[in-house]
Amino acid sequence: MDGPLLSAQSVTREYRLGGSTVCAVSDVSLSVAGGEFVALLGSSGSGKSTLLNLLAGLDRPTSGAIFVQGRNLAQLSPIELARYRRQTAAMVFQSFNLLPRMTLEENVELPLRLEEVDRHERSARVTEALERVGLAQRRHHRPSELSGGEQQRGAIARALVNRPRVLFADEPTGNLDSKNGDHILELLHELQSVLRMTIVMVTHERPLAERYAQRLVILSDGKLISDQPLSPSATRGAAASVTASERAPSGASA
Amino acid sequence: MKARDLAELALRNLREALLRNALTTLGVAVGVASLVAMLSLGVGLQNLASQRLTRSGLFDAVFVTARSFGDRGGLSREGSSRDNSDSRQNPEPQELKLLDEDTRQAFARLPNVTEVYPQIRFVADARYGETKRQTMVLALPDSSRRSGAFDAMKGTFFSSSAAQEAILQMDFAKELNPQPESLIGKELTLRYMERSTSASDAELMNALTGSDNSGAISVLPRIKKFRIIGITDSDPSAGLGGFGGARVFLPLQVAEGLHVAQPGDFRTMLASESGKPSYMALTVRTKSPNDVPKVEDAIKKMGYSAFSLMDAARSLRLVFAVFDLFLGLFGSLALTVASLGIINTLVMAILERRREIGILKALGASDKDVKSLFFAEAAAMGFFGGILGVTFGWLIGQALTLGASLYLRSRDLPGVSVSHVPWWLGLSAVAFAVVVSLAAGLYPAARAAKLNPVEALRYE
Repeated sequence: MDGPLLSAQSVTREYRLGGSTVCAVSDVSLSVAGGEFVALLGSSGSGKSTLLNLLAGLDRPTSGAIFVQGRNLAQLSPIELARYRRQTAAMVFQSFNLLPRMTLEENVELPLRLEEVDRHERSARVTEALERVGLAQRRHHRPSELSGGEQQRGAIARALVNRPRVLFADEPTGNLDSKNGDHILELLHELQSVLRMTIVMVTHERPLAERYAQRLVILSDGKLISDQPLSPSATRGAAASVTASERAPSGASA
Repeated sequence: MKARDLAELALRNLREALLRNALTTLGVAVGVASLVAMLSLGVGLQNLASQRLTRSGLFDAVFVTARSFGDRGGLSREGSSRDNSDSRQNPEPQELKLLDEDTRQAFARLPNVTEVYPQIRFVADARYGETKRQTMVLALPDSSRRSGAFDAMKGTFFSSSAAQEAILQMDFAKELNPQPESLIGKELTLRYMERSTSASDAELMNALTGSDNSGAISVLPRIKKFRIIGITDSDPSAGLGGFGGARVFLPLQVAEGLHVAQPGDFRTMLASESGKPSYMALTVRTKSPNDVPKVEDAIKKMGYSAFSLMDAARSLRLVFAVFDLFLGLFGSLALTVASLGIINTLVMAILERRREIGILKALGASDKDVKSLFFAEAAAMGFFGGILGVTFGWLIGQALTLGASLYLRSRDLPGVSVSHVPWWLGLSAVAFAVVVSLAAGLYPAARAAKLNPVEALRYE
């Protein structure tokens, strides 16, 4: 792979809380190659979500630089940063964050509206994204009518619909039982292996991360304390077996 | 985001909090309704006034008098005052321009002139049975039928402009008979002085004086009978060639045929060597009051003294403009209150929809997208409130017209339309409601756009 897709250099993010300053991320440097599946691991308050928000362009670092495809996010204008979130990066949250008043289809269509995609093209793109996550039949349901797993798959479809380069997932399995959590990670793994999508996932469940990710980055108290690749055989083998047995139908349709 | 998507999302958001948004919209509607009702009243009253004034014949007429030597008095005063500058530059008395039949035809050929008629008023002896009164007689053109002055008359208007018929003024009719209505259909005898210009008169004069008297006239008493067909309460003479005071009215064509000697005859006789009859004054009527200035200028260029009451009409318009301004200000108060309602609703919506705003931003919505969405919601409330308000305002106006008409009818007066919503008022009221709503959305939209997505997403 030629050069990193994403690279954080000495990134620090401080917050002001009352009179004191809290350092959520402190001097973190990190590179992610295109098509890589990276897991950010750490306990609660370790700064992993803050780092993810910075990489996803939702927040700006207090100091340091974040380069994505050669452009420093810290120096982008608000409009350019919004375009980055729309076109290059997509986000999946722990609490799904589907808009409750819209149907699944409308939720998935939302990024296309923001990107001003042609109306004729939208419906096909929405269908494609929903079929990829296996929810084409549930398109007219509202989020409240879907299970947690379905909601998260819907959120992934929404993240996919603008065909981003990187998918940022913030504890995507945090609100799901283990079976649904497995399904979500299988789906993410499939996106990475089939669509060559780069995935950066925050989790505090080390076994899950070890099973699906290619690299484990561990944070503690805002600092990067470990960055190690996982052995390809262990990762791919485990994931491939599950994918082959349970995800074949939707994988085939995609 | 594209405008259509914005509109769809905005309408969808408005539907979700239906009750609150409907109440806010209703608030806008009430504000617009009060504004529209007030202004429609202003427009309606203005229309009513200008309609009445136009029909009175004062505002669509140019009064023309013959220009005479150094004479700046009488009817020509106003028209001449505008010409003061030329007369100062040229202090030599100008040639008297007579208003003869040719001039009358020339005026009639000017664009937008509907009618040209002379002012014929003369003193006559009116006799009915044994009662005899000296009174002023005025000739009425056929157009005075539409002036509104005869709306409430007893009897009928002249059957034709050549009918030997007379209309009496009520007080005069009462002098002739205590039961004036009984006069209708009866005969009135008028004794007047005829101005005769027969060749034999001139010859007679030549023989008597031994000099050339080609311009001479003689005055002979005549008696003629007219059938009384109507009695009117109002004084229709104002603006129709006279300035009040006449008590017997005759059709113009009939009156012209009488060749009555008029006070101005001596003056025109002196100036006219041909002895051709000429008019003291002509009234030129235009299609609408707007045509008056052009016609007036054209007549002045022809060398006659002309004046109109357009200046009075202009000041009337000023009065109504001020009137409308105040009505509009009062009407706007309610809309101001309504805009506070919009601000409140949208600020509440921001608090409720913090998370939604955060999600939109995470999905790549720019500050402008979020701002536009809130603006679109405000504009939609303004638009629907505006349309509803114009409808309400129109209904209020109709109710006022109904009430006014019932009241007037109870007093035996014809009903009038006091309120009028012209299309421009409706459109501008809706536009105004949208603009006010957008202004009300400024603060909430800016606040929503500034929301930090990370904080907004953390918010539960």
